[in-house]
Amino acid sequence: MLLIECPYCGERPEPEFVYGGQAHIARPSHPAEVSVEEWTAFLYLRDNTRGVHAERWRHTHGCGRFFNALRDTTTDRFLATYRVGERPPQPPGGWS
Amino acid sequence: MKPFSALSLLREGLSGQRGWKPQWRNPEPKSYYDAIIVGGGGHGLGTAYYLAREHGLTNVAVLEKGWIGGGNTGRNTTIIRSNYLFAESAALYDHALKLWEGLSQALNYNMMFSQRGVLMLAHTVHDMQVSQRHVHANRAAGVDNEWLTPQEARAFCPPLKIDDIRYPVLGAALQRRGGTARHDAVAWGYARGADALGVDIIENCEVTGIRLGPAGAVEGVLTTRGPIRTQRLGVVAAGHSSVIMKMAGVALPLESYPLQALVSEPVKPVFPCVVMSNTIHAYISQSDKGELVIGAGTDAYTSYTQRGALYVPSHALEAICELFPMFRRLRMLRNWGGIVDVSPDRSPIIGKTPVPGLYVNCGWGTGGFKATPGSAHLFAWTIAHNEPHPINAPFTLERFRDGNLIDEAAAAAVAH
Repeated sequence: MLLIECPYCGERPEPEFVYGGQAHIARPSHPAEVSVEEWTAFLYLRDNTRGVHAERWRHTHGCGRFFNALRDTTTDRFLATYRVGERPPQPPGGWS
Repeated sequence: MKPFSALSLLREGLSGQRGWKPQWRNPEPKSYYDAIIVGGGGHGLGTAYYLAREHGLTNVAVLEKGWIGGGNTGRNTTIIRSNYLFAESAALYDHALKLWEGLSQALNYNMMFSQRGVLMLAHTVHDMQVSQRHVHANRAAGVDNEWLTPQEARAFCPPLKIDDIRYPVLGAALQRRGGTARHDAVAWGYARGADALGVDIIENCEVTGIRLGPAGAVEGVLTTRGPIRTQRLGVVAAGHSSVIMKMAGVALPLESYPLQALVSEPVKPVFPCVVMSNTIHAYISQSDKGELVIGAGTDAYTSYTQRGALYVPSHALEAICELFPMFRRLRMLRNWGGIVDVSPDRSPIIGKTPVPGLYVNCGWGTGGFKATPGSAHLFAWTIAHNEPHPINAPFTLERFRDGNLIDEAAAAAVAH
């Protein structure tokens, strides 16, 4: 079980959280104007990164807030968590 | 390849089992192949076998990063069934089931294929409606599936507790042609068959890059054992499909999650069939070795670690103990995880890609083992003809762009 640092509440066990998938995917502001390919990419295509992954979590059974995290998907180690709206910090070993 | 037979068993039994030879070669990679398959699991080895056997392509290599059958082929719970909801899926999985039925004979290798029946339990009114819809849809599509009352379910699987539990069993769907097979034998049987037809199986050979020509078509791969040229590249890399395809600039609609399974200490034969409960999330059967083989869920987050949190299998065991009180004192021996490539509609992607000469077979998610022979057979056809077979034609990469999803996610509601 992972220990996850909620930026608002501190370190809590994984079952308090819900995973929210890849972070920083912006919904096109005018969906009717983007191409089918761009809309497909927004809906379905994911980086599925092997390495440092920026992702969303929600502290559902806690403060209820969304936040973002950098986690290495080859070790499951969290490198950082940060609030929504903040830029992702530079991971210690760089982006892989 | 020396065929296995009762006579060869007897002869080796009398001579101390010293005459057996390795079942496949351990060749050095050549500089060129007519086709290269990336991924030495059941699907990849099977693809190479059918390319050689049915399409006359024998200058073929299977490249495997580790050892063959060491990924999800060796990590699943070996359940085989074809009772999917949609006609496209039922056709795909039943194609596989029909191949399973003759596979031991076709490969001269004992798959230990056992059609002991797959019982899928219903615990709520919603479950009953969904299950009965599956039964009717399957029967209309020519796939066997039947509805049992709780008493009939218990008669079919005597250890099952149907009442006085938190979610009483209200009925069950039974596919009698479903069952289990020996997972390692699938990899080894296909490897032996493919090798005998001239296919090179190259282990400890990781693909590190894909070379594209000036027109954007596949020209070869870079590997930890040197570059290899080819014009036809089939990627069957399960949880690592996104990683490999990114080397050719192709993004996939996949996310890779750990899926856990576990086995108990071995006991005498006590469990006659496969039981699945989607609602309280338990999958269980008994291997011929005597271990209970139990499937748990996926972990919540994407990962490539092949392990997960203990609370996930604990949850499955709570359901098992509730349904089968006699297993409460059993000890669990091992648990592990495999990395499964989950697609948005929980259906696989088998077909061509935007890169000429590059083919992909992925997205099998939590349920790829059952499809192994069918997947391999259709993928070989697709590579050989440079177009999808009618059965896998709906399972394209483009279906996400075009909105033609085959939404078994909603149909199955859980991992399957």
